[in-house]
Amino acid sequence: MTSRVPNEVHSKSMGVSRRGFLGNASAGIAGSLVVGPAVAETLADVPPREDGADLSGRSERSKYVKIARIPEAGPGKRNVDPSDAINSKAPLDKLFGSITPADLHYERSHSGAPDLDPALHRLLIHGMVQNALVFSVADLKAMPSISRLAFIECTGNGWENWKKADENLTVQNTHGLVSTNEWTGAPLKLLVDLVGKDSGSNWMLAEGGDAAGVARSIPLTDEILNEAFVAYGQNGEPLRPAHGFPMRLVMPGFEGNLNIKWLRRLKFGDQPWMTRWETARYTQLQANGKATQFQLRMETNSVITSPSGTMVIKPGYQRITGLSWSGHGKIAKVEISTDGAKSWKQAQLNHPVLPKAQARFQMDWTWDGKPTKIVSRSTDEKGNVQPARKSFIAAMGTNALFHYNAQQTWGIDETGRVRNVLD
Amino acid sequence: MSSISETLLVGATALAFASPVLAYDFGRPATPDEIALWDIDVRPDGKGLPAGSGTVVQGKQVFADNCAACHGDNGVGGIKDRLVGAQGTLASDAPVKTVGSYWPYATTLFDYIHRAMPYQAPGSLSNDDTYAVAAYILGLNGILPADGKLDRDSLPKVRMPNRDGFVPEPEFDPAKLFRKK
Repeated sequence: MTSRVPNEVHSKSMGVSRRGFLGNASAGIAGSLVVGPAVAETLADVPPREDGADLSGRSERSKYVKIARIPEAGPGKRNVDPSDAINSKAPLDKLFGSITPADLHYERSHSGAPDLDPALHRLLIHGMVQNALVFSVADLKAMPSISRLAFIECTGNGWENWKKADENLTVQNTHGLVSTNEWTGAPLKLLVDLVGKDSGSNWMLAEGGDAAGVARSIPLTDEILNEAFVAYGQNGEPLRPAHGFPMRLVMPGFEGNLNIKWLRRLKFGDQPWMTRWETARYTQLQANGKATQFQLRMETNSVITSPSGTMVIKPGYQRITGLSWSGHGKIAKVEISTDGAKSWKQAQLNHPVLPKAQARFQMDWTWDGKPTKIVSRSTDEKGNVQPARKSFIAAMGTNALFHYNAQQTWGIDETGRVRNVLD
Repeated sequence: MSSISETLLVGATALAFASPVLAYDFGRPATPDEIALWDIDVRPDGKGLPAGSGTVVQGKQVFADNCAACHGDNGVGGIKDRLVGAQGTLASDAPVKTVGSYWPYATTLFDYIHRAMPYQAPGSLSNDDTYAVAAYILGLNGILPADGKLDRDSLPKVRMPNRDGFVPEPEFDPAKLFRKK
């Protein structure tokens, strides 16, 4: 049993033959997208060119690409039946750049994704308004529109690490509840003008057409009035059902739950409604037993996506890369420590760096083969710094469940295996 | 589809909008009757609560028929959220959030049951049954007496044990947010 060296374990888990693994270093890069038994040791092993597939109406992924979300339940409840899952996490370790493919954007719902016929879907806007109006999908599409890249993040993202760190988690498990898409829709401000909102109305109830009728109270600050919109487009195509087809609210920088999917009603009022999702849920229990409410903005955050949990690296050059984002605006800088947060170096931010969208960062590193820990911390344009876990927990306790944005540390042992650790 | 949207646009042209800068109209007027079909939200002050009433006693059967399969016979031990008890656990290492231990407003209980429960048939409970089952759950938590009854007047007056357990994030504190304007 002592001969069960990490390299063998790794090669089996990746479906790579031992001979192939040893014969080609590139096949050993953990997180590699292309998994297959064949290895071309010389150019003579590369298959000859051949006729390609016929043109088609829609492009599918290569059969060699294994990439999918993971349906999970609450913290520690993984590998569940999809019918018991409450969210489905995006494969951050297998994505490039900063845009999430629409079918891999993380998914969260409270009563499943409804099958809505756009011809029969309506948006009612009423309450403290001069003219209560009903809009069809066609109405929204005919209006002046905006398109914007924005991250949406489930408020529970990161919740695996509140109390302990399971060393077998991937970055998909720990941080897969955030994604960035380009969203297209009608500005909220235009809708507000169309219905003639009363000046005394400062709160808006947004309600979904899902079975649960998920509903949240939204304060109509200038920022929200200027930036929120009712989206029907996602990365250039109509919304996917899992993401709110045929229309959803997009609230750049705010709790994912506020971005109400399958939107069917906006009601204007003068106080919050205190729905179940802003009282019993999405409130953060502090150590003293009191809960923080209306913590609506998503915090400054970042995570190294490679090397990350369960990957295996070799001594020598390593490109450290990851994603950073902030609900406050643009990311100003990301720093990386490769010595367990003792010293920090500034990473390169890939362009474009957009407000309230994920930004890709990377940094060159040479691993000397000794055990260490790597960690990233982001700073946004407002000066908010992603906190170290110790100070974060000292302030928040370990019961908050939501709004975890502490720095993520990955431990690397002498065999090169990368593990989720607390700090 | 285009004929429908054209009809809607024609119907909307008669409206006078608040903003004079808009040179276009979208949507159609909503009628009071159709608004009433969807206007289900309930606020802590009781606004939105419908007519009707229900008692703790009546709610026992409603709960057994519609809720117990997921939430347990007495709101404890089911496969879904525990609804009863656990008061005093919120500051411990293993806090349990139930209606009785955590929820700050009884109106939220009516709103949520009415819109979202039972899970397989949301909105299927009558207003009377919703009042009754809300009363029963509050009764199980010791918040209503065994002969308790709820209606649109009494429900907003129910004082939940954890009513003072929430602290607003300063940036979006409802009591202060729009004061300056």
